[in-house]
Amino acid sequence: MLNHKLLEVENLKKYYPVSGGLLYRHLGDVKAVDGVSFYIRDGETLGLVGESGCGKSTLGRTILRLEEPTEGTIIYRGTDITKLDRKELRGLRKEIQIIFQDPQSSLDPRMTIGQSIGEALLIHGLKDDRERGRRVTDMLERVGLEAQLALRYPHEFSSGQRQRIGIARALAPSPRLIIADEPVSALDVSIQAQILNLMLDLRREFRLAYLLIAHDLSVIRQVSQRVAVMYLGKIVELAETGEIFINALHPYTEALISAIPSIRQRKIRILLPGNVPSPLNPPPGCRFHTRCHRVLPICHQAEPHLKDVGNGHLVACHLHGV
Amino acid sequence: MEGAILKIRNLRTYFFTRRGIVKAVDGVSFDLVKGECLCLVGESGCGKTVTALSILGLIDTPPGRIVAGEIFYDGMDLAKCSAEQLRHVRGKEIAMIFQDAQSALNPVFTIGDQIVEQIKLHLKVSYREARDKVINLLKEVGIPSPEEVANYYPHQLSGGMKQRAMIAMSLSCDPQLLIADEPTTAVDVTIKAQIIDIFHQLKETRKMSLLFITHELGIVSEIGDRIVVMYAGRVAETAAVSELLNNPKHPYSTGLIKCLPDITQERERLESIPGTVPSLIDLPSGCLFHPRCDKAIAICRKKQPLPVSVNHGHTVFCHLY
Repeated sequence: MLNHKLLEVENLKKYYPVSGGLLYRHLGDVKAVDGVSFYIRDGETLGLVGESGCGKSTLGRTILRLEEPTEGTIIYRGTDITKLDRKELRGLRKEIQIIFQDPQSSLDPRMTIGQSIGEALLIHGLKDDRERGRRVTDMLERVGLEAQLALRYPHEFSSGQRQRIGIARALAPSPRLIIADEPVSALDVSIQAQILNLMLDLRREFRLAYLLIAHDLSVIRQVSQRVAVMYLGKIVELAETGEIFINALHPYTEALISAIPSIRQRKIRILLPGNVPSPLNPPPGCRFHTRCHRVLPICHQAEPHLKDVGNGHLVACHLHGV
Repeated sequence: MEGAILKIRNLRTYFFTRRGIVKAVDGVSFDLVKGECLCLVGESGCGKTVTALSILGLIDTPPGRIVAGEIFYDGMDLAKCSAEQLRHVRGKEIAMIFQDAQSALNPVFTIGDQIVEQIKLHLKVSYREARDKVINLLKEVGIPSPEEVANYYPHQLSGGMKQRAMIAMSLSCDPQLLIADEPTTAVDVTIKAQIIDIFHQLKETRKMSLLFITHELGIVSEIGDRIVVMYAGRVAETAAVSELLNNPKHPYSTGLIKCLPDITQERERLESIPGTVPSLIDLPSGCLFHPRCDKAIAICRKKQPLPVSVNHGHTVFCHLY
């Protein structure tokens, strides 16, 4: 069962048109997600890493159709999500849930947390008040909060507790896939560890699959089976977690790994010059060539494609497997 | 301590609110030696930033006030200086870099003009001289084509560039001491690496004394010389960085180190510290850490621990020693 593909994304694109000038003409597109393909197995955690502006959050939101894809298919258990109408989508969102980065702004300040969690259940058809109350209590206990806290409001909680509430709400409709968009980046280290452990426990208990979006590779390492690295709207490398940390092939992945400050080892750091270029006007050829420390002449002209270099290790780089 | 540029003794900064007295900093003492990088570490709400703001006299009064303690800098007690005296120190002698460069820069002035303003406030120079200085500063922090960037407004710069501009501004009057409040928290990993690199250079070329506030121990191990671990407004442990990371004594320090995700090995679960930082209005009795401590003993609930010297330059506030 573990090899069963729960979600399969094929050549997904999300462009945002930019217009301007005197006649408000179409000037171009911000290619936030530009031809991304990957799959997530049942019960698996796929880590998605990249710098801000690389399109990782847009990708997460597009899978839920919180953003309409420009092109491509998203197959969830045999159905193409991109073709569903509003009503069918609602059924889908029972199965795919999302946890947001900022639990403060994703909870309604005027609703008790019991109401917030209950609302998710109500929308998905649990009309019986008693039963819903029981389920809310159950969810709160699963995420390590006491049942009587259901009557409190979001401002009465610490940020770590609020993230637990966010998780409880996502978990309430019994989803099979949770998209976690930077779930711990706003939290203190000691609380980060608590939340990551909770996510690990819940995965085991409910056989959940996660798409874990983060910019912190050390967080991803702890909880993911496979890691996808994104740069300017494209996946540049995808491999098993163990493999990517020992044998990173793409120079961007190398740089990301070397940039993690660690208290345990001294290492040579690859300093990337400059910033991520604008996705409105990505560089020609390989999009990373402007910052790459191992750039070849060909990188300026031809765009490398994602290729399998063995054992399911995919990389898009002219240095490898042309 | 010998050669200390900054000596803080028993600093207490309280905020008097309607809900009660918030003891944000409650009896903090440490020394900062000339030319070293001292790191102030702890979770959010443990008083790191309030300590820094107290040094510069930037506590909003009311509701906040330095109720006790001394801050010795260059023979002066900054805690007792007048607003006028402090204005000469701030920016010129002691400069500060804020966490959020976006909101620390003025959106309606160009980067160049903002830095010129600060230079002209403290030094008697012409606009021309100040402008030349700005270009050199921007070059020093690694901003490409500084002549051009000096004419940019903050919104035209990326997050990393804004943080560099902030650093350039803080260096503009050649301060003796630089306070950096989480300068790398809001930026990406690759930009973080670039910023850390700048601080390395400042330490080497300018022999700058640094008070570096962060919650990331990884960064501390890269640029810190000594470390002060704070918890709920008090100091928990002080030591040289390598000593503390390899031989932490306080259960809180141990916990902070253990719960760092480790990229060198895979583990089933992460270690974590149970619970959260207590409310600063309603602090626990005795040792403030005892409700979260797995090694707590009977006395921890009753008595506040006194400093114990466990090694040369290594002091811990814990009843276990």
